[in-house]
Amino acid sequence: MTRLPANFNLGAVLVSVVVGIAALSLVWTPHDPTLMTIKDKFAAPTATHWLGTDQLGRDVVAQLMAGARNSMTVALIAVLLGGSIGVSLGLLASALGGWVEDGVMRLADLGFAFPALLFAIMLAAVFGPSLTNAVLAISFINIPIFARVTRASANQIWTRDYVAAARAAGMGRFAISRDHILPNVAAAIIVQATIEFAVAILAEAALSYLGLGAQPPASSWGRMLSEAQTLMYLAPQLAVYPGLCIVTAVLGFGLLGDGLRDITDPRLVRER
Amino acid sequence: MIELDHLSAHFGQATALRDAILVIRRGDRLGVVGESGSGKTLLALCLMGMAPDSAHLTGKLRIDGQDMSNAREAEWQALRARRVAMIFQEPMAALNPLRRVGDTVIEPMMLHDGLSRKQALNKALSLFDEVGIPDPAARLRQFPHELSGGQRQRVLIALALACDPALLIADEPTTALDANVALRITDLLVRLAQERDMALVFISHDLAAVSRATRDIVVMYGGDMVEHGPTDQVLSAPLHPYTQGLLGARPDPTVLARDAAGKRRRLPTIPGSVPPLDQLPKGCRFAGRCPVELPRCAAEKPEMCETDQHRRAACFLMEEARDV
Repeated sequence: MTRLPANFNLGAVLVSVVVGIAALSLVWTPHDPTLMTIKDKFAAPTATHWLGTDQLGRDVVAQLMAGARNSMTVALIAVLLGGSIGVSLGLLASALGGWVEDGVMRLADLGFAFPALLFAIMLAAVFGPSLTNAVLAISFINIPIFARVTRASANQIWTRDYVAAARAAGMGRFAISRDHILPNVAAAIIVQATIEFAVAILAEAALSYLGLGAQPPASSWGRMLSEAQTLMYLAPQLAVYPGLCIVTAVLGFGLLGDGLRDITDPRLVRER
Repeated sequence: MIELDHLSAHFGQATALRDAILVIRRGDRLGVVGESGSGKTLLALCLMGMAPDSAHLTGKLRIDGQDMSNAREAEWQALRARRVAMIFQEPMAALNPLRRVGDTVIEPMMLHDGLSRKQALNKALSLFDEVGIPDPAARLRQFPHELSGGQRQRVLIALALACDPALLIADEPTTALDANVALRITDLLVRLAQERDMALVFISHDLAAVSRATRDIVVMYGGDMVEHGPTDQVLSAPLHPYTQGLLGARPDPTVLARDAAGKRRRLPTIPGSVPPLDQLPKGCRFAGRCPVELPRCAAEKPEMCETDQHRRAACFLMEEARDV
């Protein structure tokens, strides 16, 4: 067994911690994250409230756990939704070539040119701010990214001999895309998905911070951050905790994606 | 069954295959030989409808009487695997590393013949047996990296035979294999062609393999078919100067490596090299390298002349010999 790269190991540990906590919050949190006990507001860490309470007396640990679940859910849906549309478009572009490929790629360029936050604000302005709209906005920005990565990798696979052999066996472009191209570009897509997961967590936090994501009383790291901002002099720790959580999650998925890329791309390994 | 009538493939100004005339019937075993870049593989790809998109085809290519020279991809898909099938040069690269070889082989059967997965697996089992893969049931579930080169080539032959094609094209099937395995693969192809009454087009650099596998032979140079005839006659008494040069360039183990003075003998070669496609002479493409060149050769294209015993060669010497 060769040694795995350090960034992969560190990323894997951070991701397991965050995902583990999010999973745990499904079945258990120390307190109800939305339960307000006004008399206990701004409590210091105690045995019952491990990290204290916020300005409404809600337990910080419970809120952070619920926020982790919220982040993971949003990022997962956004990456799956945007990724599957993007991958399909990329495969289609690569399989058909010609004007279809040109068209899809120019649309992707257009999508790239569009700032994600601006798109989210636009959605919020038209349909009102909600978590669903935030998820849609994050999914949308993922489409061109996945379309590009998929097309670039797929174009390489189309030149392989086994694709020629499959054509010689009478298989059509779509059957070849499904059976031969997709499995062989999966590694690149998984690497990209891991990195985009980190980007999606950050985007969700940013949108919730702006009030365009999770709405009260749902817990979200971004919203905890924005609520704590006004109380910076009174209780700075309330801003530090969600900030640390965001950093941990984004760093974890980013490192994991980098590590996966190093493992799946032998050219990079040789350069070391 | 398959008929090429002045089939040419143009890439812009360059012509990579010129005026190919050929008839392939059921049971024919045809060898195609020539240097790299002589148009052998392009000829094979044309027969499969898989010539590059940038190629512009002129002339006629009839399969079962239907002209396919400008057919659309969907029409070709219906013919591939069932009428024409092909095996490739690199058995290492021609199998998807992420799929079990059984899954690869049953694909065309499920697609074209509408077999269920179970029926297709049964047929794949008997095909593996037919192409001489030991323990076929276990092999079906293995991945390409678990098989040796010879076995992979057998898997590819099984894949090509999946829908019982009438013509099997083997593009340098033995180049990547060692001599012993190559011999067995060659014999396997001959046996399959005979047993199934299937036509075989065998493309190779290896004249020994071609003489073993085929009844007829086409010699190609620079995109032209220069000579065509029964294999043993062409190889023992070549008519075209290029074929003569090609055969003269074979190392002969019975000739001593050193001459009487102790000097190392040089292997005879054809002087010069194949010019780039866009700089080939307009007439006979061998002009400029030909040892018996006539003044008209560079400007005028010699047509295929038929001699006795069904031998054909594209050379003005043939016309003159006949006219005398």
